[in-house]
Amino acid sequence: MFEFNAQTIAFLVLTLFVLGGALGVVTTRNLVHATLYMVLSLFGVAGFFVLLSAPFLAAVQVLVYIGAISILIIFGVMLTRSMTHLRHVHNAQWVASGVVTSLLFVLLMVGIILPVWGVNGAQTPTEVADVVADTAVMGQLLVSPNGYVLPFEVASLLLTAAMIGAIVIARDDE
Amino acid sequence: MVPLWAYLLVAAALFCLGMYGVLSRRNAVAVLMGIELMLNAVNINLVAFWRYLEAQTMNGQAFVAFIFVVAAAEAAVGLAIVISIYRNRRSVVIEDVDIMKW
Amino acid sequence: MQDLCGIGNLAKCFVNMGASRDLAQFFALLLSVIATATVPLITVIFLIYIERKIAARVQDRIGPNRVGPFGLLQPVADAIKLLIKEDITPLGADKLIYNLAPIIAFASIVLLWAVIPYTPEHVGADLGIGVLYFMAVGSIVTVKVMVGGWASNNKYALLGAFRTIAQLLSYEVPLVLALIVPVMIAGTLRMQGLIEAQQGMWFVFMSPIAALTFFIANLAEVGRAPFDLIEAESEIVAGYNIEYSGFKFGMFMAGEFIHAFTICVLTAVIFLGGWSGPFAHEVPLLGFIYIGLKTAAVYVFMLVLRSTVPRIRIDQVMAFNWKFLVPLSIVNLLSIATVLFVARALGLNPPPELATDFVANLPRTILLLLANLPAIALALNIIRRWTRHQRQLEGSGLAARHPQPAALTLPAGD
Repeated sequence: MFEFNAQTIAFLVLTLFVLGGALGVVTTRNLVHATLYMVLSLFGVAGFFVLLSAPFLAAVQVLVYIGAISILIIFGVMLTRSMTHLRHVHNAQWVASGVVTSLLFVLLMVGIILPVWGVNGAQTPTEVADVVADTAVMGQLLVSPNGYVLPFEVASLLLTAAMIGAIVIARDDE
Repeated sequence: MVPLWAYLLVAAALFCLGMYGVLSRRNAVAVLMGIELMLNAVNINLVAFWRYLEAQTMNGQAFVAFIFVVAAAEAAVGLAIVISIYRNRRSVVIEDVDIMKW
Repeated sequence: MQDLCGIGNLAKCFVNMGASRDLAQFFALLLSVIATATVPLITVIFLIYIERKIAARVQDRIGPNRVGPFGLLQPVADAIKLLIKEDITPLGADKLIYNLAPIIAFASIVLLWAVIPYTPEHVGADLGIGVLYFMAVGSIVTVKVMVGGWASNNKYALLGAFRTIAQLLSYEVPLVLALIVPVMIAGTLRMQGLIEAQQGMWFVFMSPIAALTFFIANLAEVGRAPFDLIEAESEIVAGYNIEYSGFKFGMFMAGEFIHAFTICVLTAVIFLGGWSGPFAHEVPLLGFIYIGLKTAAVYVFMLVLRSTVPRIRIDQVMAFNWKFLVPLSIVNLLSIATVLFVARALGLNPPPELATDFVANLPRTILLLLANLPAIALALNIIRRWTRHQRQLEGSGLAARHPQPAALTLPAGD
C-alpha cells in the first residue's frame, strides 16, 4: 500500500492536477479556460513521467503538448471565436455518455484492482528495478535496424504529411 | 514507490474523462481536447508499465515517443479541418456538420 | 537519490544539528532552490543599469547618473516607482488568467536557471536532459504571451500576441537545429557534459554557423532588437502586455531582462566553453569568473546590437527565418554530421586521454571549419544579393515617390 513519503505526496498532488484539469476540460464553458485546464492536466502528466524516471519523455511532453499542441488549440479556439461561449456546452446525449464512461471506469477499475485479465503485476507489489535505461539507449533503439528505425521513418513521414495536409486544408483558397 | 495500480487507476480515470468530453461536448475543438486527454492516459499507462515491468530496455518509452508524433499530427490536421469547417459553415458545433448523415 | 554536489554537505550539516534525514534533505534542497532562483533576481537589477548605460554611450549620452554613486541606484528607484504605481485590471479582462500570466512569464524564465552550471561543482541540477529541458521550459514562454494577450481583452494585446507567437514558434525551429550540433559533437544532452567536451576546443570554433544561428534565434525568442517588433513601442504600443501596469508589468519586464541575460549565459555555456579555463578544475570558484566574463562579452555584444540595428518588419522576420535560417541550419547540421563521421573514420578524433588538449583537437576542428566554409560563403552571398535587391527596390521606390530636384543633389567629393 502507500508509504507516506515525498514520492507519494508528489503523486497525489500530480493526480489532483491531472484529474482536476481533465474535469475542467470537459465541463468548462469558456474554451480558453478549458485549454488552460488541459495545460494543467498535461503538466501533471509530465510530472508523472518524472516520477516514473522518464525525464526525456517529460521534457518532450512539455515541449510538444504545452509548447505546441495547446498553442495550436488556443489558436483554433480564437479563430472560431463566436463558438467560444456556446449556450449549451454538452449535447443531448451527455447523460448517456456519462453513464457509459462511468461504467467503463468501473470496469477498468475492476480490471486493475482484481486480476481479472491475469495481469497480476498490477496488483502485487512488483520488484521494481533500480537500474533504468537512459536516454542514450532510447536514441540507439530508435535508429537501430533491430529497433524502431522503420516506425521512426514512418513517423517522420506522417509528420510531414500531416503538416502539408494541415496547410492545404486550412488555407483560404482564392 | 507508488504501486503500479495507482498509476493505472489515474490513467483510467483520465481516459474516461477524456472520453466523456469526446462524447458529450458540442464544440469540435473541445472534442479534440478530449482526444488529447485520452492519448495522455495511454501514455501514462505505457510509461508506468515500462517502469515497473520492463525498465531494462527502452521499448515502452519508444512507444510513447511515437504516440507524441501521432498526437501532434492529429492535433494539426484536426484543427485544420475545424477551421476549414468554420470557414465554410460558420459553426464548429458538431451537430451542425451532419451533411454526410442520412 | 542523486548526489547533489555541495548540497549533500549542507544536508549532513542539518543532520548534525539534529534534524531527521528527510527533513534535512528537504531543507537543503529548498535552500539551494532559493539560492538558484535568487541569482537572476539580483542580477536583473544591475542588468538594467548596464543596459541603459551602454545604450546611452552608443547614443552619445551619459545615461543614468543622478541616483546614488554613478547612478547605480537608478534601477532601485525605477523598481520602487513601478511598485507604487496603480495596479489596473481592465474591465472585461479575465481576472484569473490576467493575473496568472505575469507569474508564468517570470517563473518560466527563472526555471531555466536550474540547469546552468557555474563551475564544475556548482550547478542547480545537472539533468541528463539539460539541453532538452532548456527547450521545454523555453517553450512555456509562448503560453504566457498567448494568455497575457488574450486575457487583457484588448485588440492590440491580442494582435501583439499573435505576432509574438508567430515569431516565437518559427524561431524555435532553427534554435533546435542549431542546438543539435553541439549535442552531436559532444554526444550528450547534459550541460556539464557539453562543457567537459569543450575543454580542448570551444564549439564556436567547430561550428560558427551553429553558434550564430543559436544566438540569432535566441534573440528572436527574447524579442531583442532587431527582432523587437513584438513590442514595437512606436507601432503597436507594447504588444501583448499593453494593459499591464505596476507590479505585473514589472514582472513581465524583469522576466524579459532575465531571459535576455539567460540566453547570453547559455550561449557562453553551450558554445564558449562555460566555466572552462585555466585551473578551472583545481579551483572551482574560478569558474564563476570565467563564465561571468564570457557572458559579459556576449551580453555587451547583444546590447550594442540592440542600440545600433533598426527594427525589421514582420514579413522580413518570417522570410529571414524560413527562407534563410532554417535551410542554413539544416545544411549545417547535415554537413557537421557527415564531417563528424568522416573524422571518426579517418581517426582524427582526439584520443580520450588527450580530449582536453588544444593541439589534439585541432585536426577535427579544422575539418569541421572547412565543412562550414562553403555554407558561410553561400550564406554571405545570399545576404549580399538580397540586400542589394532590397536597396535597389527602395531606391527606385524612393525615386518614384520623391523625385530629387537636381539642385539638391550633393556635390561630388563631399
